[in-house]
Amino acid sequence: MTLAMAFDIGLALLVVGVATWTIVAHNTFAAVVGFVAYGLLLALVWVRLAAPDVALTEAALGSGLTGGLLLGASTRLRRTETSEDAAELPAGALRLTAVGLCTLVAAGLSALVLLLPVPAATLAPQAMASIAATGLGNPVTAVLMAYRAIDTLLEVVVLLLALVGIWSLAPDRVWDSLPGPRHHADSEGFLTFIAQLLVPVGILVGIHIFWVGSDAPGGEFQGATILAAMWVLAMMAGLVDAPPVSRRWLRLVLVVGPAVFFAIGLAGFAMAGGFLAYPESHAKMLIVAIEMPVTLSIAAALALLVAGPPERAPGR
Amino acid sequence: MSLAPHTLTILAILAGAFFFMAGTIGLLRFPDPLSRLHALTKADNLGLGLVVLGLLFQAEGLLPALKLVAIWLLVLLAGATITQLIAHAARPNGSAG
Repeated sequence: MTLAMAFDIGLALLVVGVATWTIVAHNTFAAVVGFVAYGLLLALVWVRLAAPDVALTEAALGSGLTGGLLLGASTRLRRTETSEDAAELPAGALRLTAVGLCTLVAAGLSALVLLLPVPAATLAPQAMASIAATGLGNPVTAVLMAYRAIDTLLEVVVLLLALVGIWSLAPDRVWDSLPGPRHHADSEGFLTFIAQLLVPVGILVGIHIFWVGSDAPGGEFQGATILAAMWVLAMMAGLVDAPPVSRRWLRLVLVVGPAVFFAIGLAGFAMAGGFLAYPESHAKMLIVAIEMPVTLSIAAALALLVAGPPERAPGR
Repeated sequence: MSLAPHTLTILAILAGAFFFMAGTIGLLRFPDPLSRLHALTKADNLGLGLVVLGLLFQAEGLLPALKLVAIWLLVLLAGATITQLIAHAARPNGSAG
């Protein structure tokens, strides 16, 4: 057994262990902490599988952002959990069902992987063969923005739908108000300090991750998550307040990405004879023209997902 | 090709791993949250610093080396802040200071 193999086996056991712990953890907060650790370990697994793009997405979105959303949810649920009928039989049955279903899915996937023919069928050679036509250097970005751009368009729209879903939880009387609790800046506090120091650096890193995505691991979803995290950090430190959700500019920022994506997709009928088809001479330029507003929209949508439904009047 | 960079890498990463192990033992064995945090920060700061130092000998060119150092500095910053936040939350009366 080589050292690398021992590492992989250890990593796999750790992932399964943390996953099990997440399900049996006896309160929601602990389960969320387990889930975040699980996501980070999973990112390591993707690195070991030579898929750095997926690893970045898993760490940023799967573990970081989803972890943040779940933490918010578990904080809101804490009140209901302390009541006496919590964590009784129904929860136990629910957990057993979760374990059963997870095991079933895992077993099904393992069976499929084991049944794959050797060598496994792959589209990788075709993806690499046409990559020059897209002007991109990263085959993952070529799949996301050229070969299967419609999937990416739908993902961006799904994010907007999720945000609409969260906003629709707000009662009518607070509709024209600000999301989440107001955080007050403490000018001597360490959170203010780190927000002032980290936010500019983080914005730079987010734009960098987005920009290198055309030729190296990275891309708009990963970059946008970092940008969103910086906005959330600035809000949590009280440096900026969340905008009222009815603001026209906010709606524009949220919609501009999918709108430009869709418009360029429609223009594809005239330019190259199909929805989301790019003429070869301008493919790279069009892809970047889509990616920039999409990154902005994703970042805004993700940050507002974390901020939550509108619940307080301005100034409170 | 010289062996010296590889030797230095192995030594630095082993030393880093030692700090991570010491930090983990501290996390498991120390009695209260504040001393556990104390143990953890040693792992984060020195352990990661030594691992980054070890990797610097393997970096190809100045830019990757600078990126490694930047990662270490960012983790230092984030680690120190998170530690403060946790310590703040863990204080019995929740007071600042």
